[in-house]
Amino acid sequence: MKLDLSGFESTPSLHGGAVDDVGEDLFSRPSFQLPACSDFDGFQKDAVQMVKPAKGTTTLAFIFKEGVIVAADSRASMGGYISSQSVKKIIEINPYMLGTMAGGAADCQFWHRNLGIKCRLHELANKRRISVTGASKLLANILYSYRGMGLSVGTMIAGWDEKGPGLYYVDSEGGRLKGARFSVGSGSPYAYGVLDSGYRYDMTKEEAAELARRAIYHATFRDGASGGVASVYYVGPDGWTKLSGDDVGELHYKYYPVVPTPIEQEMADAPAA
Amino acid sequence: MECVFGLVGDGFALVAADTSAVHSILVHKSNEDKVMILDSHKLLGASGEAGDRVQFTEYIQKNVHLYEFRNGIPLTTAAAANFTRGELATALRKNPYSVNILLAGYDKDIGPSLYYIDYISTLHKVDKGAFGYGSYFCLSMMDRHYHSGMSVEEAIKLVDQCIMEIRSRLVVAPPNFVIKIVDKDGAREYAWRESIKDTAEVSAA
Repeated sequence: MKLDLSGFESTPSLHGGAVDDVGEDLFSRPSFQLPACSDFDGFQKDAVQMVKPAKGTTTLAFIFKEGVIVAADSRASMGGYISSQSVKKIIEINPYMLGTMAGGAADCQFWHRNLGIKCRLHELANKRRISVTGASKLLANILYSYRGMGLSVGTMIAGWDEKGPGLYYVDSEGGRLKGARFSVGSGSPYAYGVLDSGYRYDMTKEEAAELARRAIYHATFRDGASGGVASVYYVGPDGWTKLSGDDVGELHYKYYPVVPTPIEQEMADAPAA
Repeated sequence: MECVFGLVGDGFALVAADTSAVHSILVHKSNEDKVMILDSHKLLGASGEAGDRVQFTEYIQKNVHLYEFRNGIPLTTAAAANFTRGELATALRKNPYSVNILLAGYDKDIGPSLYYIDYISTLHKVDKGAFGYGSYFCLSMMDRHYHSGMSVEEAIKLVDQCIMEIRSRLVVAPPNFVIKIVDKDGAREYAWRESIKDTAEVSAA
């Protein structure tokens, strides 16, 4: 299928029918190839979705006694294809604030960078750091103004401000929720399962980091679109620090010990079944 | 799924709403307050798309406040309802907000009133109303048990009956509800009806 653009030309073609073999390519009307399909718009939409990385993700963040823990996996996938195992899904907005990335990688990266700029400008104009509430609202308002235009962002803004720890969930549908415990991405139901059952407000920093790591690991185990490295960050009164980054393959040996089955027992069980 | 309902009693009006923030099969939050205190004597219960709900209700709240600052007198409930409807109607043919609203208020010489405003800008003055999946249960329940001049106790009993009916009959029933009241003394939170608690919120408090 070719798209005929001759209608756009101001003068009719000079070379009506008398084109010799040599000049055919050179003098033919400008045109380009279209994919052979009945629904071009649908095809184009699907194609864009297919190459939009970081769709499948597990990210989580929660507030506890000592601050905020933020954790994520590191896999980027394009449909069934794993395009990277080393993506930084936790974006460092400034020394006191982190953002997480789920949905379109480009959309998240771009708008977090953009948010970083706005936060810095706020800091310069007001001589004090922006609150987590304010920063998350800046992002939410931008995303709301672009809603329905194809942005795909599911993010958590976590940080420490004058009021202490802060955590907000912001998405491209314009939603913005304040909370103490969130998980975003395709692996989030699995992560919630581990997180909700193990969560206590008065955990120590070590316990909290361990819970976050476990939640990410168990999500990557069940969710095919999540995997790679489980990174854990902590935000406290002095800003964020990275606590750990473990290959979930290695964590598997620690968290999912396989109990060896004696062969005799297997054989003894077989006839009964 | 979402349930917002309200009624007018003797010298007061009340709005109750579920408090779940849901995304497909996930409940992201179970203590999201969907009943805004619009000004000293008005309540705005809203249901609809999460982004639209917050943006639109905040927009209305800020403009109602602006009016009061500029003119030194607050809008009456009827005026606020008509303003809200107008904004919704203007947006309807541009980029519509998917928000359904119950506006309750108390005016000195008029008394309590309740307005029903849906996302396609229908405006009705009612004495009981409901939105969302819960409305199928509470509308009939309020039709049966509502009578004019209900006392606060009677009204709360009816609201609790509605909440229990939703919890027991609705498949995707939200666990928690908030009830707010407006009367001559102003708009305020009356009570929460929580069947599950967010562990973090409990320990943080």
